[in-house]
Amino acid sequence: MTTRLLPWLFVLVMAVGPLWLGDQYILYVLTSTGIFIIGAMSLNLLLGYTGQLSLGHIAFFGIGAYTSALLSLGFDLDLGGAEPFVLGPQPVWVAFLGGILVAALFGFLIGKLAFRVRGAYFVIVTISFAQVMRMVALNWVDLTEGPMALNNIPPLSVWLPWDGVIPLYRKEYNYLLVLAVAVVCFLVIQRLVQSRVGRALVALRENESLARSVGIDVTRYLVVATVIAAGMAGAAGGLYTHYIRIVDPDVFMFIYTVTMVIMVVTGGKGTLAGPIVGGLAFGILPEVLREVARPEVQWIIYGVAMIVVVFFLPQGMVPAVKNWFAGRRKRVAATALGLRKETSA
Amino acid sequence: MSLALDESAAPILEVREVAVHFSGLIAIASMSFAVPEGEIVSLIGPNGAGKTTAFNVITGFLKPTGGKVLFRGTDLTRLSSNRIAGLGVVRTFQRTSIFAGCTVFDNVLTGMHRQGRAETWGALLRLASVRAETERMRAAVAEILAFVGLSHRADELAGNLAYGEQRLLGIAIALAADPKLLLLDEPAAGLNPSETEAFMGVVQRIRDRGVTILLVEHDMRMVMTISDRVVVLNHGRIIAEGPPEVIRANPDVIQAYLGQGVKHAKG
Repeated sequence: MTTRLLPWLFVLVMAVGPLWLGDQYILYVLTSTGIFIIGAMSLNLLLGYTGQLSLGHIAFFGIGAYTSALLSLGFDLDLGGAEPFVLGPQPVWVAFLGGILVAALFGFLIGKLAFRVRGAYFVIVTISFAQVMRMVALNWVDLTEGPMALNNIPPLSVWLPWDGVIPLYRKEYNYLLVLAVAVVCFLVIQRLVQSRVGRALVALRENESLARSVGIDVTRYLVVATVIAAGMAGAAGGLYTHYIRIVDPDVFMFIYTVTMVIMVVTGGKGTLAGPIVGGLAFGILPEVLREVARPEVQWIIYGVAMIVVVFFLPQGMVPAVKNWFAGRRKRVAATALGLRKETSA
Repeated sequence: MSLALDESAAPILEVREVAVHFSGLIAIASMSFAVPEGEIVSLIGPNGAGKTTAFNVITGFLKPTGGKVLFRGTDLTRLSSNRIAGLGVVRTFQRTSIFAGCTVFDNVLTGMHRQGRAETWGALLRLASVRAETERMRAAVAEILAFVGLSHRADELAGNLAYGEQRLLGIAIALAADPKLLLLDEPAAGLNPSETEAFMGVVQRIRDRGVTILLVEHDMRMVMTISDRVVVLNHGRIIAEGPPEVIRANPDVIQAYLGQGVKHAKG
């Protein structure tokens, strides 16, 4: 019972706590960390459950960000014909959903491309894909403005019964929106991994030959996982682009993928709570360090913290805590048994 | 008695002139044999005779250079391994093959994959049909675990099981896939005599459930005790085929296993 209520209690605290504190800086940190946590959760679906390391995961994030930005701003595209293709600005939510769809479509293509490509080859395919996307964003100046960046991106809007449709400029609303999207993504992943589909994904991670020998079409399920993970990363990218309201090719930088991998691995890959715990720890840590240490020291501490976690808790923080509780329960049971023996004797 | 069976039972599996060449190396020259429905057929032969290669061809893990494998009339050589499993041709592996990071229960539940229908949308919406299906499958898993005698280990991580239990779990996973034809690749390898004894009982009870069994095994006592028919392979060719008592007396077989020395000793 408590294990069922615990996640909802956590959501409630996360929803009320920061608003109650009312500190704009804390809200900003939590919002951007939350966006990355959504990305990390989607990465965990691939890395943690199918066992495939997508080191170009930020590509889906960036595609979601750019697509959503372009659709909401409108764009014209010279396709070589007499008349350029012109698309006017679309409503922000249409743009946001468009970003998810386009990211998911690329996820489908990568999943298909990675047909029979596993392990190291999958890593290389995904890294290359992210680099190509960065090059496209940098050089297709007509569409993406290249290094000049797309700016003045409209924020997401929401309909409130007392206010009508309002654009979400305020940090409080953006934060709650990110939290809501994160909850939806969590539920989707939870339901998926606890189902027949999820067992097929884990079977691919654990033993691909055995999975095939019992009739699991591993490639098909890898594609399903890639599409869902890419769509979620695209949603995170859409949230990012409408929150920061500017997007440039640096969104495709490798370091962001690494950040998500760190969040997943330190938290515990293949666990539902792992990316959230790891994400909160390593998303907030740099901001905390900024206040207590000099810039050059900050990243040293960050790196040391990461090494310490990986070295002492190789499975991640969530499995470590779980094992500790399980071990304690066993010890308690053993003590109780011992006591009973003593009294009976 | 087994001769009478030969004539009445239609073959569930027919291997026709299958050849496997690995760029010049001939693993199987030309192999033909049939497995009658409802029997235990053993494929034996010295190491390197091509037994595991034959298994890989039948289950689609390896494409043959030539020949056909017919399962109830369907040619398996063109199908992917998961499609072949979908038809009811399920194998176990020579080296212990389990989902080590999952519980014993989840291992078997994963094996039930092709008996479920739930797909992504059903799982996301938690449809009533999906929940009912999960309940049904969980009951079936409990039954299979009881059948192989692993019920008491259901919540243990598969990787923590003793070796003999892991071999049994491998069989349980294969059984979960609801095989019509079960291919066992050296199931008794590394087991002690009493474990082997128990294992023979399990294999016979699987056959009694109506599952046809093709067995590769080195333990001759096991092969001779439980097989209805034995196929002997040497250097990629079939050198003998028949009921155990006939195979035991076949001079070619004795020579393949013990070498020329027997002849000299006798002569």
